Amino acid sequence: MSTLDKSDVEKIAFLARLGVDEQDMPEYASNLSKILDMVEQLNSVETDGVKPMAHPLDAVQRLRADEVTEVNDRENLQAHAPETAEGLYLVPRVVE
Amino acid sequence: MHNKTIAELSAGLEAGEFSSVELTQCYLERINSLDEQLNSFITVTAERALEQAKNADAQRAAGNAGILNGIPLAQKDIFCTKGVKTSCGSRMLDPFISPYDATTINKFNDSGAVMLGKTNMDEFAMGSSNETSWYGPVKNPWKQDAVPGGSSGGSAAAVAARLAPAATGTDTGGSIRQPASFCGITGLKPTYGRVSRYGMIAFASSLDQAGPMTRTAEDAALMLNVMAGMDPRDSTSVDEAVPDYTANLNDSMQGLKIGLPKEYFSQGLDDSVAKVIESALQEYEKMGAVIKEISLPTSNLAVPTYYIIAPSECSSNLSRMDGVRYGHRCEDPKDLNDLYIRSRGEGFGPEVKRRILVGTYALSEGFYDAYYVKAQKTRRLISNDFNQAFNDVDVIMGPAAPSTAFNIGELTDDPITMYLSDIYTIAVNLAGLPGMSIPAGFVNGMPVGLQLIGKHFAEAKLLNVAHQFQQQTDWHMKVPASFK
Repeated sequence: MSTLDKSDVEKIAFLARLGVDEQDMPEYASNLSKILDMVEQLNSVETDGVKPMAHPLDAVQRLRADEVTEVNDRENLQAHAPETAEGLYLVPRVVE
Repeated sequence: MHNKTIAELSAGLEAGEFSSVELTQCYLERINSLDEQLNSFITVTAERALEQAKNADAQRAAGNAGILNGIPLAQKDIFCTKGVKTSCGSRMLDPFISPYDATTINKFNDSGAVMLGKTNMDEFAMGSSNETSWYGPVKNPWKQDAVPGGSSGGSAAAVAARLAPAATGTDTGGSIRQPASFCGITGLKPTYGRVSRYGMIAFASSLDQAGPMTRTAEDAALMLNVMAGMDPRDSTSVDEAVPDYTANLNDSMQGLKIGLPKEYFSQGLDDSVAKVIESALQEYEKMGAVIKEISLPTSNLAVPTYYIIAPSECSSNLSRMDGVRYGHRCEDPKDLNDLYIRSRGEGFGPEVKRRILVGTYALSEGFYDAYYVKAQKTRRLISNDFNQAFNDVDVIMGPAAPSTAFNIGELTDDPITMYLSDIYTIAVNLAGLPGMSIPAGFVNGMPVGLQLIGKHFAEAKLLNVAHQFQQQTDWHMKVPASFK
């Protein structure tokens, strides 16, 4: 039985850099606990020696030649950014 | 005009009965006058559609029109469309005008198809009722108190209400098949890797797959002919020859071996839905198919396995929505963490947040093996069950969903029960198999979908099996009363 409390949710939300309103915390804690209870059914399944399945066709990553194929499209791509200057994305100051 | 299938419309265009401009105008007028009742479109691209239609007519006049030339289609708002808002049903991407086209959109453009607009969907495709959309819920055309299903709810409702001849959908755990079932249309989720995911906003990358949502299996085959194929831009797309999916539609059902998983007919299945499925199976017997009970013993593991894998992959995929390069940004961030936390907190709705939190927890230090790796192992057990079953049968059948469409608001406070509405579809994604839902009857005026599951890359077989059913029945021809 997994029970997450408000402080667990706060911690996970910070890891995900995800704002969760204070008043919604108990509801998230309760719903997340229910979801974890549900998925913990898997603990009773014997899986020793079973190879984890990362790809439904067990395919491996296809590689391509290391060649330049894309054109520089910076202006077009940055046109959608909240804030840019001189080809750079702007964020609040990180280093004083 | 609006009651015709793609195949019929294409013939009408070729015979000069109407032009693509007239056809497009007809659908735009229907959207304009009727979609207020449904909310199935987020964006209608009328001007662009008429421009595309004009070009399609010119192409036809010049003698080079393919089968989809001039056919209006609706695109799920998960596909990036250059110069058009691509919101994925989220406030986060409400300001996002895509700078490029998804491969699927490119292919439809090249085929001469016309885009009517972008359809409503659950936020980032996370939901089974279309209620998590930032743009409000979509109504079911058969009963407007009911949900259309999700996440491709807008596409399903638009096709059912004849606001578009066909649409695209995407399916991570049932998001094409469950809404197809709830709205009484034909929906196909192809084999994982069959259709390019390039420019299709990612939810859970080891499960996501795009497919057609249409009135008939024949139309789904025509759509898949355009959509399928290897794409160098999608590293998960599979290099497997693309057949002509219409070539085998008329193959006989004589001797077809149909497997019925006993687990799909046990607890949780609505009795009246079960009856509809049983009579659909009798149709197949009449056509000479042989029905055999099979077992998929790990069926009960599908939902819990999915609710580790999908949220884990979504928490990783959605980390790109950071308020820096595109999408929503909060006002006056005081530092970088504040920018991330508030932009994401404001941009995402509650269901997306829940899944990001579950996934972040499952992938966090100390829990990764217990959750994600464990789920990847149970995923293999589920897949092995299908492989085993397909030694004895050609196709597996059962219900697409445990009930008909539920009412708006009925399950919103109960995420687990909502998750269980995908109980019959989720395992198919985990195993990467192709699956369909086709109209099989009604319960109290609400459509019921029959699910068909095939072997990897057996889309042509599924389409054949679906088409033969549609030659014997007319459930797929029924139109909701207010949208005739």
